[in-house]
Amino acid sequence: MGSNQTRHRRKAALLCFLMCASMVGLMGRLAYLMLCRSAHYSQMAEDLHERERTIKAARGNILDANGTVIATNRTVCTISVIYNQVKDREKVIETLCRELGMEEEGVRKKVEKRSAREIIRTNVDKGTGDRIRDFHLAGVKVDEDYKRYYPFDSLASKVLGFTGGDNQGIIGLEVVYEPYLKGVNGMILTTTDAAGVEIENAFEDRAEPIAGNDLHISLDVNIQQYAEQAAYEALEKKGAKRVSVIIMNPQNGGIMAMVNVPEFNLNDPFTLNVEAPAGISAKEKQERLNQMWRNPSINDTYEPGSTSKIITAAAGLEAGVVSLEDTFSCPGFRIVEDRKIRCHKVGGHGGETFLQGVMNSCNPVFIDVGQRLGVDNYCRYFEQFGMKEKTGIDLPGEAGTIMHKKENMGLVELATVSFGQSFQITPIQLITTASSVINGGRRVTPHFGVKVVGGGGTTVHRFTYPVKEGVLSEKTSAAMRYALEQVVAQGGGKKAALEGYRIGGKTATSEKLPRSLKKYISSFIGFAPADDPQVIALITIDEPQGVYYGGTIAAPVIADIFQNILPYLGIGPGQLKNTPDYE
Amino acid sequence: MGDRKDEAMAPKNKVKRFYDYSLLFSIIFLMAFGLVMIYSASSYTAQLKYNNPAYFMVRQLKIAMGGLILAIAISKMDYHWYARFSVLAYILSYVLMIAVALAGKDSHGSRRWLKVGGVTFQPTEFVKIVLIVLLATVITYLGKKINSWKSIGLVAGLTLPIAGLVAANNLSSGIIIVGIAFFMLFVACKKIWPFFLCGIMGGAAILTAGPLATALEAIKLLKPYQLERIHVWLDPEAYPMDGGFQVLQGLYAIGSGGLVGKGLGESIQKMGFVPEAQNDYIFAIICEELGLFGAVSVIMIFLFLVYRFTIIAGNAPDLFGALLVVGVMGHIAIQVILNIAVVTNTIPNTGITLPFISYGGTSVLFLMIEMGMVLSVSNQIKLEK
Repeated sequence: MGSNQTRHRRKAALLCFLMCASMVGLMGRLAYLMLCRSAHYSQMAEDLHERERTIKAARGNILDANGTVIATNRTVCTISVIYNQVKDREKVIETLCRELGMEEEGVRKKVEKRSAREIIRTNVDKGTGDRIRDFHLAGVKVDEDYKRYYPFDSLASKVLGFTGGDNQGIIGLEVVYEPYLKGVNGMILTTTDAAGVEIENAFEDRAEPIAGNDLHISLDVNIQQYAEQAAYEALEKKGAKRVSVIIMNPQNGGIMAMVNVPEFNLNDPFTLNVEAPAGISAKEKQERLNQMWRNPSINDTYEPGSTSKIITAAAGLEAGVVSLEDTFSCPGFRIVEDRKIRCHKVGGHGGETFLQGVMNSCNPVFIDVGQRLGVDNYCRYFEQFGMKEKTGIDLPGEAGTIMHKKENMGLVELATVSFGQSFQITPIQLITTASSVINGGRRVTPHFGVKVVGGGGTTVHRFTYPVKEGVLSEKTSAAMRYALEQVVAQGGGKKAALEGYRIGGKTATSEKLPRSLKKYISSFIGFAPADDPQVIALITIDEPQGVYYGGTIAAPVIADIFQNILPYLGIGPGQLKNTPDYE
Repeated sequence: MGDRKDEAMAPKNKVKRFYDYSLLFSIIFLMAFGLVMIYSASSYTAQLKYNNPAYFMVRQLKIAMGGLILAIAISKMDYHWYARFSVLAYILSYVLMIAVALAGKDSHGSRRWLKVGGVTFQPTEFVKIVLIVLLATVITYLGKKINSWKSIGLVAGLTLPIAGLVAANNLSSGIIIVGIAFFMLFVACKKIWPFFLCGIMGGAAILTAGPLATALEAIKLLKPYQLERIHVWLDPEAYPMDGGFQVLQGLYAIGSGGLVGKGLGESIQKMGFVPEAQNDYIFAIICEELGLFGAVSVIMIFLFLVYRFTIIAGNAPDLFGALLVVGVMGHIAIQVILNIAVVTNTIPNTGITLPFISYGGTSVLFLMIEMGMVLSVSNQIKLEK
């Protein structure tokens, strides 16, 4: 009994063998996991351990034609407190209140709140941030960050646009040139434990941020400022709702100024620029903000009125249905089919040449030219001048032209279109089309972007813009320049005349729809020098009070602007040449 | 039995006795290695939790030292002496298991800890050792009758109730207890095929676990949460947040080890990713830090232990001694195999510690007592001239 027999030994040995076999099997399993699946599991583990922290890339600057920086970045600080690390609460509260100029109650509430991290204030300027850091208060964190900064505050606000919290463009050029300006964010890869705490001395991977490129634009701060000043004066003097001014180089489409007053402060874009009634809802406020951010020169259409007579005249001359010397008679109205369409001069202009008709801005003359062209021809020139398409300006949200369909256009519609009613275009469309009429028939693309410059001053990209040649013959263009010069010299645009300069232009007074409201948009489009246009400007005054004639209130503003900017652009009165004799 | 005891108790000075020093030193080495690994696996979380990186290691060190002294003391005793207490101890284990079910300390949702005086311990560890001694005694007593079905029934009747009681709140310990009894019976019986049949059925169950569990759930034999455990086991990556979390974290650790590992102390998974890295999943940390090379080395040391047990069992002076050693061998081998199988997701997750290495005071103390028993059996081997 109880002896350890051979069979026991054999069975124990067998058991040993089976156990060893199992363990060897597990070794095989381990080898599979640790060799064949190693890459898979290491990758998954790494994904779990690594945490990314982005380092914001500095956004590129925007510079004007002279190289003046008009949009840049500023280092700002975020002040926050970490509850667990604060030692002397009273001192922290007292210091933060004093340095940040905040009410004690609010600061105390935040400092005494039990949370991981409580932000006291963002966008604190660097000087204040540095001062707070120098106090070395335990638990107070000062983090630096970039913020977009516009040194001229409201200058060209609706053109430049602003950026949002992630430094992304929200409106204007900041949106369109986002890919160039943005840069590439950097990254710090750190290893963390399960609670997300970074492990010291662990593997750290760092990718440096790449700053965005600088954008050079054709806008000139000085011209913009002259124009803005003049626009504000007009706005106040006339009690108008809005005044917009576009100043462009008609030869290449480079925009030198685009003013839409009232502008808003780009460094504070979420504050309304006009008094809002107290207690408006958040939705209503957003609605008002959207209105404030709108660029009416591009986003809104209007009936151009008499300034569009340039188009009718150019089409008539180009088609050969009229010459400057043709005579017309204006009894004060014209009857088209069953409609009696009035001239703005109740008694009529009487007998006049076409040139005089242009100078007088006489509606019946243009109705006649339109009728001579006919619907088909008129529409053909409308299209040939490029007015059906958008101008292609490098700003977001350009509105399209609203025009009759050719098949729906009768003689009455043709008559109204001929003197600038019953169709709508944007101001940028008008100035672009007028440019092609006076520059010899080249339709240019209006634009701001000139070139993109990378770090170290190398030009990364130079923008080119399409030019449509031959929309008009040089002969017609010369005739138009002459006619429009006469408008300023002796006609309705007299108030835009400037001693010693040859200026061409056309006035307009458009009725806003519905016409019963008796609200107007007064406008003037002018260019200089009249024989070789280097600058073209369009002003639109929205809802002026009192006298509303474009020739009376809009033309002098352009004269004022030209007086300032022509010498600045090096266009001196000395360039005066002999007037070609058309009369 | 008495005769043999007298023989043994009357040593002639001439008789040289064997003492398995290689086993002793292997155990000391394993424990020292275990302490190093506990320190490595737990220092980060211990620093965070107790502000003392060596918290777990020092606790384990004290018990391990005590256990070693106890083991050496027991190894010098005659192993027949404590056989007489086996029935008493068996009854005591019932008392303890019922006590733990009624007054036990909760930990991780199940009652496993009993507090007696100032000491808390896990009675299941006690049950394992008691069952080894009891079954060895009973089987030796039955002698040749063990080959009858009736005797097998008796052994099963002694094992299954206590195993069931253990399994009620600690399934894995229940499995280990049944496994120990199974191996001891296997060695003692003449029969082979019934045991192989059981083994094959067990293997088949694991291989077809997926469809099998679905079928069992359909006929309401398995609860939905148990079925989910099976699904987690089959594809842990599909359940990364719920049941699969621990297994997956273990696999990440093992997989990132590669051939030679990240180096001692360099594990990242121990930093709170693998829950209680010093415990059931310490083998995963070994894999991460020491690589396949280190992991295989550890298994080799366990293989060596099993080999030494087999040698001692084969040379034991009597069946009782041999069965004691077989019981201990079964215990350690089952825990090692199941622990590594769980960590490598070879079988569904269940809490089993790695002998001598995992953190756990009761476990290491009773393991050392078992080692003392095996060494005492080895010490009874007479060396022939």
